[in-house]
Amino acid sequence: MNSPNLAVWTRELTRRFGPFTAVDRVNLAVKKGEIFGFLGPNGAGKTTLIRMLCGLLLPSEGEARVNGLDVYRQSEAIKQQIGYMSQRFSLYEDLTVEENIEFYGGIYGLSREKITAKRETLLQQLDLQRYRRLLTRNLPLGFKQRLALGCAMLHEPPILFLDEPTSGVDPRARRSFWEYIQELARQGKTVFVTTHFMDEAEYCNRVAIMNLGRVIALDSPLKLKESYRKSTMQGVFVEILHRTTPDLFASQEDRS
Amino acid sequence: MNAIEVRDLKKRFGHIEALRGMNFQVREGELYGLIGPDGAGKTTLMRIICTLVMPDAGEVRVKGLDVRQQRTKIRSLLGYMPQRFSLYPDLTVEQNLHFFAELFQVPEAERRARLEMLYHFSRLGPFKNRPAANLSGGMKQKLALSCALIHTPQVLVLDEPTFGVDPVSRQEFWEILHSVQKEGTTILVSTAYMDEADECDRVGLCFQGRIVAEDTPANLKRRFSYPLYRVRGSNLFRLQEFFRSIPTVHSIQMFGDVLHVSFTRQPRAADWQAWQTQTGGGLQEWKTEAPSIEDVFLEVLEEEK
Ligand SMILES: Nc1ncnc2c1ncn2[C@@H]1O[C@H](COP(=O)(O)OP(=O)(O)OP(=O)(O)O)[C@@H](O)[C@H]1O
Ligand SMILES: [Mg+2]
Repeated sequence: MNSPNLAVWTRELTRRFGPFTAVDRVNLAVKKGEIFGFLGPNGAGKTTLIRMLCGLLLPSEGEARVNGLDVYRQSEAIKQQIGYMSQRFSLYEDLTVEENIEFYGGIYGLSREKITAKRETLLQQLDLQRYRRLLTRNLPLGFKQRLALGCAMLHEPPILFLDEPTSGVDPRARRSFWEYIQELARQGKTVFVTTHFMDEAEYCNRVAIMNLGRVIALDSPLKLKESYRKSTMQGVFVEILHRTTPDLFASQEDRS
Repeated sequence: MNAIEVRDLKKRFGHIEALRGMNFQVREGELYGLIGPDGAGKTTLMRIICTLVMPDAGEVRVKGLDVRQQRTKIRSLLGYMPQRFSLYPDLTVEQNLHFFAELFQVPEAERRARLEMLYHFSRLGPFKNRPAANLSGGMKQKLALSCALIHTPQVLVLDEPTFGVDPVSRQEFWEILHSVQKEGTTILVSTAYMDEADECDRVGLCFQGRIVAEDTPANLKRRFSYPLYRVRGSNLFRLQEFFRSIPTVHSIQMFGDVLHVSFTRQPRAADWQAWQTQTGGGLQEWKTEAPSIEDVFLEVLEEEK
């Protein structure tokens, strides 16, 4: 069950905040090199789950391993194995773009030369050259997302947790972003990603759909569309929500 | 008179030219959508309209009032939701909403109906007593939106209001926007979701500090003049590579589980059959496709490059 080729493994993973259960008995097995997508309405528990897997938040119950490491006891070791791009920016707003890269390089303990080299490739790759001396506060949103991703990957971790990396990103940049994700997966990296763009679910090997803290569907996009008899992931998403939160649509009908 | 009037607007920040002679107008009562790549100048434009940033050159009027001279007047008739709206993290959902209702002096009778509609959209009703700090990202965004929509300003400016909002709530949010528009409010909204542009009366595509295309969604789509096909296959990445080698192909874009392929010359049935053979059956399905705003967006960006 805990085979070494699993990047993420959880059993009945649960997180409560007081009486409220944000993540409810989640079971996952994500293979190395997989692009694993996470969908769900606002408040479903996606970010809470990711934060537990990154060793940033202790579970209330259940088990979880990331690259074989236990989230309760080995959270420091986990941090070396993962890159985490949080939904709200982890960048320092009052540092410039290049200072942010240098700062994160320092945190991950990279050498001076390594940081300089990485900085230049990143600025190039992310098309951030002309913004390098701009305060991050003044950086357009889409570029902030790119920078945040770049910083999360400085130490070349084998597993990436990306929480809504493409929110607010324009259609062209989203495409190049996903090409990059595909490239990372080809290199053997595991990518765990959340999104509210339903077309992006198609670029994942498997997709989990979460609602009210529970994973209620998990399969490849193709299989999901087949089993819910929908032609798009948008259709699958709405259908699943409908089935698991019936009052959602009932109340909408009331109003009209 | 237009509700918003922008002429030859210029603004630079250090060595970055955010706006380079922008011209655009939003008509009275219109719902106008701004789209464009990251860094195109949408936020700067909105901030100038809302009198938060001074223009370097050009003229900007809101309901006939000058953003340079009549800031207080403009602010009193305008509602603005910035990209990152600050809620009061220690206040609960309900307290935040009441705080903004007070601030905008929303009459008691109106307040109740508004709140009900906004709670319905946001689904935050069960979390009324939760501090804003403990909401999920999208829930915070929905609360911020609700706070911005609690009053009925004459002009409403929303900068990427649906950032991080889930697909079902986005749809309901647009229903609310339409009903706000019916009350007579002029709305300027920016978005990274191209399906949302379809909901607007007119759409402006912003690129490098200028509006490079502007029209109703239907007319904008007509700008896409190449024959367009929706293509399916067993391996889209390989199929994409294959079409790159076909000389009559104009553009290829991935849209989830299909490719959009456009041509400089209408392909014939025989061409498709040949391609099917050449891909060893990898090409499985092709159909003409009506261009979407997203197709136009990607095309215009390609042309401007
Ligand atoms: N510190 C906290 N205290 C109380 N409740 C919390 C706390 N953190 C999160 N929650 C609640 O847990 C639930 C799940 O939140 P989470 O951020 O995981 O959702 P999400 O799926 O990431 O949503 P989104 O799509 O909006 O980002 C929400 O109801 C949220 O309000
Ligand atoms: Mg989240």
